[in-house]
Amino acid sequence: MSENNITNILVAGIGGQGVMTAAEILSQTALQQGFDVKKTEVAGMAQRGGVVTSHVRFGARVLSPAIAPGEADILIGFEPAEALRWCTHLRKDGVAMVNVLRQKPPVVNTGLFDYPDDPVAEIREAGIDVHAFDAGAIARELGNPKLVNTVMLGAISGYLPFSAEVLKSAILDRFRQHKPKLVEINEQAFEAGRKADGTS
Amino acid sequence: MPECSGVKEVIKLNQVTAKPAAERRFMSGNEAVARGAWEAGCQVITAYPGTPATEILEYAGQYEDMYSEWSVNEKVSLEVAIGASLAGSRSLCAMKHVGLNVASDALMTQTLVGVKGGLVVAVADDVGLSSSQNEQDSRNWGRFANVPVLEPSDAQEAYQMVQHAFELSEQFDTPVILRLTTRICHVKAVVSPGERRENEVAGFEKDMAKYVMVPGNAKKRIPVMFERLEELRRHSEASELNYLHPGSDQRVGFITSGPTFLHVLESYPNAPALKLGLSHPLPMEKIRALSQQVERLVVVEEVDPLLETEIKAAGIEVSGKDILPRMGELAPHVLRPAIERLLGNAVPIETKVAPPVEPKVEAKTEKVPGDDLFPRPPTMCVACPHLGIYYCLSHIKNTYIAGDIGCYTLGAGHPWNALDTCICMGASMGVALGLDKGRSKDDDKKNIIAVIGDSTFLHMGMQGLLDITYNKGNVTVLLLDNRAVGMTGGQDGPSTGRSLQGEETLRVDFRKLVEALGVKPERIREVNPYELPTLFTALREETKANEPSVIITNQPCVLVDFYAPKPPLTVEEPDCNGCGNCLDLGCPAIYVTRRETEVKPNGKEKKLSFVQIDSAACTGCDLCPKTCAPDAIVPMQTAQQ
Ligand SMILES: Cc1ncc(C[n+]2csc(CCOP(=O)(O)OP(=O)(O)O)c2C)c(N)n1
Ligand code: SF4
Ligand code: SF4
Ligand code: SF4
Repeated sequence: MSENNITNILVAGIGGQGVMTAAEILSQTALQQGFDVKKTEVAGMAQRGGVVTSHVRFGARVLSPAIAPGEADILIGFEPAEALRWCTHLRKDGVAMVNVLRQKPPVVNTGLFDYPDDPVAEIREAGIDVHAFDAGAIARELGNPKLVNTVMLGAISGYLPFSAEVLKSAILDRFRQHKPKLVEINEQAFEAGRKADGTS
Repeated sequence: MPECSGVKEVIKLNQVTAKPAAERRFMSGNEAVARGAWEAGCQVITAYPGTPATEILEYAGQYEDMYSEWSVNEKVSLEVAIGASLAGSRSLCAMKHVGLNVASDALMTQTLVGVKGGLVVAVADDVGLSSSQNEQDSRNWGRFANVPVLEPSDAQEAYQMVQHAFELSEQFDTPVILRLTTRICHVKAVVSPGERRENEVAGFEKDMAKYVMVPGNAKKRIPVMFERLEELRRHSEASELNYLHPGSDQRVGFITSGPTFLHVLESYPNAPALKLGLSHPLPMEKIRALSQQVERLVVVEEVDPLLETEIKAAGIEVSGKDILPRMGELAPHVLRPAIERLLGNAVPIETKVAPPVEPKVEAKTEKVPGDDLFPRPPTMCVACPHLGIYYCLSHIKNTYIAGDIGCYTLGAGHPWNALDTCICMGASMGVALGLDKGRSKDDDKKNIIAVIGDSTFLHMGMQGLLDITYNKGNVTVLLLDNRAVGMTGGQDGPSTGRSLQGEETLRVDFRKLVEALGVKPERIREVNPYELPTLFTALREETKANEPSVIITNQPCVLVDFYAPKPPLTVEEPDCNGCGNCLDLGCPAIYVTRRETEVKPNGKEKKLSFVQIDSAACTGCDLCPKTCAPDAIVPMQTAQQ
């Protein structure tokens, strides 16, 4: 954790990937654990394929809601180029957890810009502890691409100031309330995420 | 001196931490404003959508014991709130910063009238321009209109201050501005809510001298307003909303308002910081007292140097915009280096952040990861009904296109580049007429087109169209009726036929409306924006006519709940000749699979782009096949056979 025992988590991706949901679940879990929490929601352009980031900060008392560049403990990158874009927000010994499934915007698809050859390698070259895996593939194998969210949360669960079990039950409780049929598959997704990072 | 109850609570705000979980709710600043207003017994709450304030009304709409409405624009919205206040109800009007420009005509005179039930204007500044056409500081209106300005710094404060604002409004007989910023509206934080307190609605009582602002009456109200300002000034000195956060580090003291208080506390926890919750009128004596305690005083305010100018005018030495940026957020990573420099300390090289929207240019000194990454600007949605319009506009020559504000403003971007102006809501009408009337000789043959959305037309475009017809302008108006306020997330309004609460209500008949505004019936056309040939014909014929014409589109935004997606299409790759025509639509579901350069017999090179469609994204709107000469784009089923 950085100074003042505040945990700073930056979640980055693009509209529709579940960035906001992941940030909300982390925040709610931290809240249940008795922390003070602040979370930014960058909405508005989200539906239209733009960049979506959410800053989640929790600790004894959170003041400013924004994570300053160089101060994030954890970067959850739902897309590798977005992880690269935001990696300078990590502190030196921060951790980047990256889904390698690429999402190219129209400006790349139509040839105006190039997509980087290997965004994860660029993050690694910057000296960042980066954990990258194909969360999209895991989600598809489990039968629902929307599970990426839970897979990513599972992968990051070993790096938080509360236990993986706490996060898992927070996620499953959420599904139990809203979509009970999806509890089991989300548990599998969470565990698959944990394994993918080798932390369980 | 009137004293406000509830102040004690406010002062505690940034000093409370853990409360029992049951009393803590996690909510955004916008939800907190709605909640606070409801608890304060607010009876009428109005708004026109606008980022970052939109959700205030969306949350307010969930409280059944409070009347809430989407108004057609911010001026009407404020006027409804004013009427409700005069009827004795507590009322609140919410808007984004530029909304108050529109509503300002009402505000500037209502300040003379005062209120009966508390009247609060919650205005949200888009500090940092996440989704706006400009960045402006709404606190200026407090000074211009001589009304008090409250500035919360987070959701909990927003929740408490909105309640306080109603009391202040009633005690001082004044509208009150609650100034929010994106960092309050769109940040979720812990809030401890309470219960609703019902207010007896006092009822309207005739009072012509106070409510009818003709010169004779208004003249008498002006001194009353200035007297009120003086009383508010004294109140501000005493108010517990303005308090000193003590600190032992005397090298620099801070004057803060709004979210900057938290940024300062985060960056310099040991420095004394004056927290101005009631930042207009300023408590100058409190400021003077702090100035005598510290070696230097720095004003940290977003955006304009308002406090700074007033403090300097009072003869107190301060730094402010000489060391801090005049735009954008004053977050800790902006604040710290500026203060360190002021203190004469070495400043570590700041970490650069790759911008998500603008492509990176210029020479760089050192390599920053992600520095030369592609941008990811917002795009129109897959199958958006505006796509075909911009395809046509980008293919017709000899035109100037006056644009407006909405999703269709994205037509200025890649691949269309088919928009020549964008200023403020409704401006396309007047600007188009001006382009027509002010044209140069060389532009004699130019066609002038205005592009405007349904919500924007009803907000502020109708008068402009009337000006075009009245003044015999030669303008073709494209009225894009997608039955939603798409840009701000698909809210309802008179063009959707549904109220804020989802009830059925009037749905404007645009054909009748524009006819009533003076457009000849034969110059009004309704077109399906997915029918490209019809669109082209309509555009050609209407621009040819030397009189005002209106082309109304009739297909909904894909975000509305009744949008019906169809099975996806696919590209038969052997049939695709790589012409790249379909890419000019800008549908994000179409992507390039392969590029080639063909050398023509005459030696000229031609770039080819072979494409495919993302079947998970495509909603089968059937637009792209109309751009494909070799008919390579077909339904998935056909392709599989
Ligand atoms: C004065 C003012 N109020 C509100 C806004 C926020 N805003 C931007 S565009 C827009 C409306 C867009 O709706 P419409 O014209 O129907 O176009 P669409 O986005 O649906 O294509 C709103 C409310 C603004 N920019 N200015
Ligand atoms: S929100 Fe609606 S109007 Fe806006 S780009 Fe998407 S489909 Fe088009
Ligand atoms: S049919 Fe073509 S234009 Fe329509 S959504 Fe599919 S790919 Fe896009
Ligand atoms: S318009 Fe047809 S032929 Fe041309 S690139 Fe698109 S699919 Fe291929």
